[in-house]
Amino acid sequence: MPQEQEQKRPQRKGGGSGDDGSDTDAGQTTTTSKAAELKDEMDDILDEIDSVLEENAEEFVKSYVQKGGE
Amino acid sequence: MAIPKVFGIETEYGITAAGAPDFNPVLASSILISTYAGSLRRIRWDYEQESPLRDARGFEPLAAREGSDEDLGLANVILPNGSRYYVDHAHPEYSTPECITPRELVVHDKAGERVLERSLAEVARELPSGPRLSIYKNNSDGKGNSYGTHENYLVDRATPFGDIVRDLTPFFVSRQVFCGAGKVGAEAQWEERGSTTYQLTQRADFFETEVGLETTLKRPIINTRDEPHADPEKYRRLHVIIGDANMCEVATFLKVGTTAIVLKMIEDRFTPDLSIQNPVAALHDVSRDITCTVTVPMADGRHLSAVQLQWEYFEHAKKYVEREDDTPENQDVLTRWESVLSALETEPLSLHRELDWVAKYRLLTAYRERDGLEWSDPKLQAIDLQYHDVRRERGLYYRLAASGKVERLTTDEEVDVAVMEPPVDTRAYFRGRCISKYAEAIAAASWDSLIVDTGVDALQRIPMREPLRGTREHVEDLLRECEDAASLVARLQG
Repeated sequence: MPQEQEQKRPQRKGGGSGDDGSDTDAGQTTTTSKAAELKDEMDDILDEIDSVLEENAEEFVKSYVQKGGE
Repeated sequence: MAIPKVFGIETEYGITAAGAPDFNPVLASSILISTYAGSLRRIRWDYEQESPLRDARGFEPLAAREGSDEDLGLANVILPNGSRYYVDHAHPEYSTPECITPRELVVHDKAGERVLERSLAEVARELPSGPRLSIYKNNSDGKGNSYGTHENYLVDRATPFGDIVRDLTPFFVSRQVFCGAGKVGAEAQWEERGSTTYQLTQRADFFETEVGLETTLKRPIINTRDEPHADPEKYRRLHVIIGDANMCEVATFLKVGTTAIVLKMIEDRFTPDLSIQNPVAALHDVSRDITCTVTVPMADGRHLSAVQLQWEYFEHAKKYVEREDDTPENQDVLTRWESVLSALETEPLSLHRELDWVAKYRLLTAYRERDGLEWSDPKLQAIDLQYHDVRRERGLYYRLAASGKVERLTTDEEVDVAVMEPPVDTRAYFRGRCISKYAEAIAAASWDSLIVDTGVDALQRIPMREPLRGTREHVEDLLRECEDAASLVARLQG
């Protein structure tokens, strides 16, 4: 389960708790301040990437099947 | 005394065709390559010098070679930059020419991406109604099928292979912290799907043994293929199958630069014994820990993290370079190695400008935050895949690079030059220049020979068994003075 792996990552789970007085719910995996910082930096690039992303992600991923190589 | 390191990277690219479920990847790869190669395509690859089943441990070939791709008439060419571009299994593969500095190899590795990108454009132009092909420089389809990115290093035949196995295995296990290209999920057969959300490398899941000859199943951390493509009395070519395909230039630079120094240290018996109790398990554990803090049990009873292991190699490398091999290139590698290890120790996720696994993780995290996605969402796998698209307008690595979000070591101009021009300081110079100047007379070629048809007498083989001969310094005047291949052969024989 994804949750189990989150627990193995102390810096994500415990790193920022309380250091910014955040009142986010306990299920959130990164702190509010870090998320906000990342969001600001990444917003423009995400908008740009949205315009080039394959339209149907599920179909794109499903149809990408390779024969082994080497 | 260690021998000079000559190295190159071979990459099998993923290939797909949108909306064409019955597309044939073998044929498509062949069309891609022959379209690009144009008039060069009639020069065939010379398989006579190849023996991929020979084993470095001294075994005889285990089985006869299967019908080669050459028998099937698939594209297989040498390009004017000294590289080889061909169909391998169901993939287009690009092998860089031989280089002697890590930075030069970064340039040529990028030139390979440009060759694939141009090939796509050529096919789209020539076959407008054909399938819409896409090419990915990655190592897995996310469904348990892997294809390789192999590094090759020239090493001294006199160095016992056992020393290489002992001292390189812990290095390969631990270098994942900066070489990994990052992957959503896991494909290991022993693991329940969904239990790993993200890991450092594309390839760790596919490695099951410590040493061996295989490359397609039961993959070993140390591959024993003994096919030197050079004087076999003097040299081995260490065939490294455990790396990922990197998009980040810093990652490729570090991967090759650090490995080359460690190999020299092994040849000079300068490496510490850092044997790990169970290297295969350690490989998987390190790949699954994005905090880079998990420790692995050592043979001597200690428990070290991958970063601590790398520090041990680094400290020895620093002493070694000072005493034995103090070049500006090695100093560049040490400087970068030290700064990346320092960051991995304190805040690995700060390396999003340098390392693929971090750049990709940051992008995925931004999407998860914005759209509230679970790790199992197909959109994240789509982003993982599209990160590796070689088309600069669509590839997500390239979108990050275009907005200055990853660090470049090269310029577009020098990469464009490397698409057409060979490195000047290895035999790739001679190979590439001959392909350019005497294309009509080159009947076949391989890494260590050219076969020339001068129009009279039998075909002539020009051996190139010394990777550091045939440089610009050695042959520029000769090639200028020889108007045609016949005079070149006459001069070389005379």
